[in-house]
Amino acid sequence: MAAPIITEPAPPPARGYWRSNQMKLAPWLFLAPGIVFFAIYVIFPIFQSFHISLYRWDGLGEARYIGMQNYERLFDDPAFYTSLWNNVRWLVLYLLAIPGGLFIALFLNQQVRGIRLYKSLFFFPFVISQVVVGLVFAWFYNPSIGLLNPILGLFGAGPVNILGNPNTVTYGIIAAGLWPQVAYCMILYLTGLNAVDPEQVEAARLDGAKGWRMLWYVILPQLRPATFIAVVVTVIGALRSFDMVSVMTSGGPFGSSRVLAYYMFEVSLSEYGFRMGYGAAIAVILFLIMLVYIAFFLWRMWREERGV
Amino acid sequence: MQFTLKSAAAALAMTTALAVPASAELTGDLRIFFNDQNPAPRAAIEGMVERFQEMHPDLNIELTLIDREANKTQIRNYLTANAPDVNGWYAGNRMRPYVNAGLFEDVSDLWDGPMGEELASTRPALTLDGKQWGVPYTYYQWGIYYRSDIYEELGLTPATTWEEEIANCQAILDSGRKCYTIGTRFLWTAGGWFDYLNLRTHGYDFHMALTANEIPWTDDRVRETFDNWRTLIDMGAFIDNHTAYTWQEAQPYLVNGQAAAYLMGNFLVEPLRDAGLTDDQVGFYQFPEITPGIPMAEDAPTDTLHIPAQAQNKEAAREFLLYVASAENQTIANEVLGQLPINSNATVADDKFIQAGFEMLSNATGGIAQFFDRDADAEMASAGMEGFQEFMVMPDNLDAILNRLESVRQRILED
Repeated sequence: MAAPIITEPAPPPARGYWRSNQMKLAPWLFLAPGIVFFAIYVIFPIFQSFHISLYRWDGLGEARYIGMQNYERLFDDPAFYTSLWNNVRWLVLYLLAIPGGLFIALFLNQQVRGIRLYKSLFFFPFVISQVVVGLVFAWFYNPSIGLLNPILGLFGAGPVNILGNPNTVTYGIIAAGLWPQVAYCMILYLTGLNAVDPEQVEAARLDGAKGWRMLWYVILPQLRPATFIAVVVTVIGALRSFDMVSVMTSGGPFGSSRVLAYYMFEVSLSEYGFRMGYGAAIAVILFLIMLVYIAFFLWRMWREERGV
Repeated sequence: MQFTLKSAAAALAMTTALAVPASAELTGDLRIFFNDQNPAPRAAIEGMVERFQEMHPDLNIELTLIDREANKTQIRNYLTANAPDVNGWYAGNRMRPYVNAGLFEDVSDLWDGPMGEELASTRPALTLDGKQWGVPYTYYQWGIYYRSDIYEELGLTPATTWEEEIANCQAILDSGRKCYTIGTRFLWTAGGWFDYLNLRTHGYDFHMALTANEIPWTDDRVRETFDNWRTLIDMGAFIDNHTAYTWQEAQPYLVNGQAAAYLMGNFLVEPLRDAGLTDDQVGFYQFPEITPGIPMAEDAPTDTLHIPAQAQNKEAAREFLLYVASAENQTIANEVLGQLPINSNATVADDKFIQAGFEMLSNATGGIAQFFDRDADAEMASAGMEGFQEFMVMPDNLDAILNRLESVRQRILED
């Protein structure tokens, strides 16, 4: 008999730092570009905003330290409260995009000839730029050439000047903003509906569930991940609404459609804005408001991941 | 052979340089940022550059045209980093932030020469802190452009007093039209109305003191100005829904005869002609007198060119500004622009409206204001014009508006 062959494992080559820590280091290397840019363009500016908000600075000359004065003035500024209040309106009404998107998604979730075409038509407003949506709606609302007043006329309703009236202007802009946002939520729900378990639906049907009860107790719980994402993007979208306001009204008439993001731009960077410190103070407030939501979402995600 | 030709040319240049300093040998690059892309201003600046290039063939001139509105925000970036040698801007207090920050070159030396006498009328508008900071190339009158055919039909003549203006307006309203079209979406059009009402109610000195933050907005005299404005608002003199329109979107009311007049700058004439109105249908008159005996002052915004402090080729830039200011160039350029030259030796174009404006401004004994947003501090201008717009829609809010403007003024004075 031949002597048993013992295969010695090759002696491990001298392992360098890289080889021994490859598994640990690789993810960080891949993340590095993202982390670097995130730090430079997101994290650093947050602290910079805090810093600038303590100064009086016109963006050109010398900055002068004034402590909390920008914040004191902010809390005396009626335009700040108008903007804040408009942000609340945006936040609440923008959430209508979620039931709206769900409704359209349920409606489109069927096998009909050409359904793909209908789906893409409904998704279309999300594809075009917010600026274009704003322009189109501004023309639509225009009291002299717009389509809205003739349409209202058919129903006997009087002519309206939506964007020129301080009481209606914000709602007019939100309605324009909802158009693409509903499409976005619809797409989220359509993908969510693909993942709904048909067996559960079948079982529920055998138990006699249909209509609202089916939707509420069987479908919606399975759509929770989609709902979560829809809420996140809608809340963030509402808080940073800027382009629509800028394109449709420039914050007017007389500042009644301002939101915080636009007011910040207006006082620090627009044609007549030279108050960098004041703008930074508004940015800080907006950041703190967003932080509440961001913290809530992070906490929820963390809790769910721990639960898995 | 080539060598001798070159030296001959140089010798020639040397001798002419002694006689005509404007043709001194200039080399290198000259970068110009001009702040208008519209057809007429574009043709005007391109013409200036072309003629200057012919005088200085060795100079490499690079002209960049920036949109008028975009330039208002971009100027901060390009003055602080990568500055051109010449840039376009406006006279009056709108130069202030850049002068204070040391971003504009002091060009008082140019004004000390013969140019200063030829441009004397605008010297105050280009002066801040006792120095001059740029050179004007054009200005234009403001006033009331009206449909003379409608006036004829109703048997009206342009008003010279406030009572006549109101009587005319009543007649126009009775005929089913509005007296004035206006689009206040971008606010400044309302600034024009405030300027004229205030200039006519209290005169130039009061208006300039108010825009210089020397008079409280809650002063009773300011209220008198707004009371006169309110007379027109309560009559329903202005078109409805003006907050929704830009100044261009308000033009069709005048063109279609739904409104009889438009308080505007002379740049209105071109779009009106393009829209098919003939000079027989459109007339121009000076904003009428309100308080008798006050010398007539006018709004005549001046557009200017400046040298950034960080410019690379200031020598060429100064030569260019001298050429821009010359009578020859101002005659040609303003013919193209359809506006008024500032140089007193320049010739005014043979155009009904330009001639009318020239005559009006030559007799403006009260003084020449720039415009609300160029005379007032930037922050005051923005808050003020927003207040004017609010007043035009909700005149009952006047107290709140004036208190707000006063608190802005207080804060600016504190800073």
